[in-house]
Amino acid sequence: MRLELGKVLIKDVQFGDTTKLENGVLTVNKEELIDLILEDEHLASAELDIAKPGESVRITPVKDVVEPRVKVEGPGGVFPGILSKVDVVGSGKTNVLKGCTVMTTGKIVGFQEGIVDMTGPGADYTPFSETINLVLKCEPQEGLKQHEHEKAVRFAGFKAAAYIAETAKNLVPDEVEVYETDTLLEGIKKYPELPKVGYVQMLQTQGLLHDTYVYGVDAKQIVPTIMYPTECMDGAIVSGNCVSACDKNTTYHHLNNPVVHDLYKQHGKTLNFVGVIITNENVYLADKERSSNMSAKLAEYLGLDGAVVSQEGFGNPDTDLIMNTKKLEAKGIKTVIITDEYAGRDGASQSLADADPSANAVVTGGNANEVIVLPKMDKVIGSLDYVDIIAGGFDGSLAEDGTITVEIQAITGATNEVGFNKMSTKGF
Amino acid sequence: MAKIKVVHYINQFYGGIGGEEKADYKPEVIEGVKGPGMAFKAAFKDEAEIVATIICGDSYFNENMDEAKAAIFEMIKKYEPDLFIAGPAFNAGRYGVAAGAVTEMVQTELGIPALTGMYEENPGADMYKKGVYMVATKNSAVGMKDAVAKMAPLALKLARGEEIGSPEEEGYLERGIRKNYFAEKRGSERAVDMLVKKLAGEEYKTEYSMPTFDRVEPNPPIKDMANAKIAIVTSGGIVPKGNPDHIESSSASKYGKYDIEGIDNLTEETHETAHGGHDPVYANNDPDRVIPVDVLRDMEKEGKIGELHRYYYSTVGNGTAVANAKKFAEAISAELVADGVDAVILTST
Repeated sequence: MRLELGKVLIKDVQFGDTTKLENGVLTVNKEELIDLILEDEHLASAELDIAKPGESVRITPVKDVVEPRVKVEGPGGVFPGILSKVDVVGSGKTNVLKGCTVMTTGKIVGFQEGIVDMTGPGADYTPFSETINLVLKCEPQEGLKQHEHEKAVRFAGFKAAAYIAETAKNLVPDEVEVYETDTLLEGIKKYPELPKVGYVQMLQTQGLLHDTYVYGVDAKQIVPTIMYPTECMDGAIVSGNCVSACDKNTTYHHLNNPVVHDLYKQHGKTLNFVGVIITNENVYLADKERSSNMSAKLAEYLGLDGAVVSQEGFGNPDTDLIMNTKKLEAKGIKTVIITDEYAGRDGASQSLADADPSANAVVTGGNANEVIVLPKMDKVIGSLDYVDIIAGGFDGSLAEDGTITVEIQAITGATNEVGFNKMSTKGF
Repeated sequence: MAKIKVVHYINQFYGGIGGEEKADYKPEVIEGVKGPGMAFKAAFKDEAEIVATIICGDSYFNENMDEAKAAIFEMIKKYEPDLFIAGPAFNAGRYGVAAGAVTEMVQTELGIPALTGMYEENPGADMYKKGVYMVATKNSAVGMKDAVAKMAPLALKLARGEEIGSPEEEGYLERGIRKNYFAEKRGSERAVDMLVKKLAGEEYKTEYSMPTFDRVEPNPPIKDMANAKIAIVTSGGIVPKGNPDHIESSSASKYGKYDIEGIDNLTEETHETAHGGHDPVYANNDPDRVIPVDVLRDMEKEGKIGELHRYYYSTVGNGTAVANAKKFAEAISAELVADGVDAVILTST
């Protein structure tokens, strides 16, 4: 499977009469996009704003972040099974609006949405302080139940991203990257000397604000399966979760999965990247056993010599992580796991809820309990009403002068476990 | 600037009193420098001065720890030092334990910077390295020069209140304090690099060594449930509606104790979950799903259990540090025992 990813570099985003993309400047017709979003009867209102890197802007509570992409050639469309038909995606040509996102906010669904600061110390912890964000604030109809509310806002993000991305359908991209994966047997024939490496991606699947969707299927309902690495680049996997926003994958993370990209960089050189195994993180023990059995079995069947295993979340999913690792290692498949830590605000507690000696190669995204002081920003998009109660906040997090003292777990993407960031942790 | 005043602790051997035959030597304080103190004195130059040296027999200390500690505490306090150093103890087990214990005591009770040094397999290392700065030394006195060369600069840094670098930079044994920093490469690239090395059989360094858990042995089962007093404790975050104690949705710093006298059934109107780590819809619809008050009341009526304890305890087990959880458990279990509770139903989510 071969995908050409065309990057259209976005220099600026502005509002205007016509939605268009010219010379790297994206213009958005506010009314037209809001009308589209409000076609969903579950939503009472929608507003649009733009947040740029370096501006004194705070966005909260952030639910999802989506990168606009459009299918130019090849089967299917972006977000198959959700916005497009369920064709298999990941081949042909896709254009990306690089440097901008659609970010969703609005009334809180749970306790769990995140914070994005466009400047100041908090900006260092989130990748979305470096993108121009078209922020979509959606408010639900009164009385709308939490699950429906979450779904409506989730879809609003995808629709807005797809609407914007249409502007790039016929553009010649500034940069083109090509990703190609052979079928298993051809790949092994081509690189007989190289170790066969897979990527075991664990998807958060624990219920409201903890869900992930694969080709439109709630990933709670899947058994682990095999995917070509390029499928995720067309939106085969999307996020429905942001609980403890620091270590949840937004849709942006899935579209730009850095493990996939970094394994491709080594593909044909130091390793043969044969494919991705996706698995879930359900709450029932039987599900955990079944899914970890299946992913280890698939890895064995593919003949893997090694695998990168990425977790999503913490605590309960630590058990899934350790089960996957133990079972892979027991089959002689060498693993490196990517996780994050909850070592307490003082960093002195043990970091994981489960452990095993076979998990002897660990990459960490950081200690999510570490506390940060976020100075007041001139402008807030969304609302500060929830800062004390979101995960990572506490009674008194929001000071009268607008300063926020929170654990970094409240910052969207701060301790990401697909390894999106540079942060790590050292023992002192 | 005034010289930094140091008190130094050594054992009977390094104090020149004698070997094993003198290991029962009681604590003694002498003015000025003794034994390995000479090497520290040379390393400190004019910046610090060892004003007193405490000498204590290793057996005496380990067999009379409370008395020894109390006596040594008074000796140190008298000198009002700015800094305390014990050892280095190398691989001498009882010396290591004494050095660790005294260092920890000085640091906690006198609130002054303190450090020690010993071989990493010294039993004192495992016991005290979490709480104090402990420089890793060789396993015998052959390593004295090397030990002082690492301990002296770290001691001065501590005394001056300067920032202390990582274990690799400063030479101390890792205390298990996790601190964030920004690495050069992103996590995914570090993971791929690590895997390539692991596959090639090359050396690699994990970023987190697996912790060892302290497992709790379950108590023997209760034989007479019909007369047992049962309490509920949960990390599922069930609280009276409105979360009156403002228990955090994640990383809880507290727990709540709530009266359920006269309540047979928890409902959407009376209770909810404060937990931010699970889908709250089903817990909020019927909080009995998380803490089975309704079923326990039935069992109480049917005589299957003796009594449901009047209070239940609740916290949020979502990203909550083990140290906090342990603290809550100690306080809660003391109260439960005092209230004559025989067994606890512990629910999590």
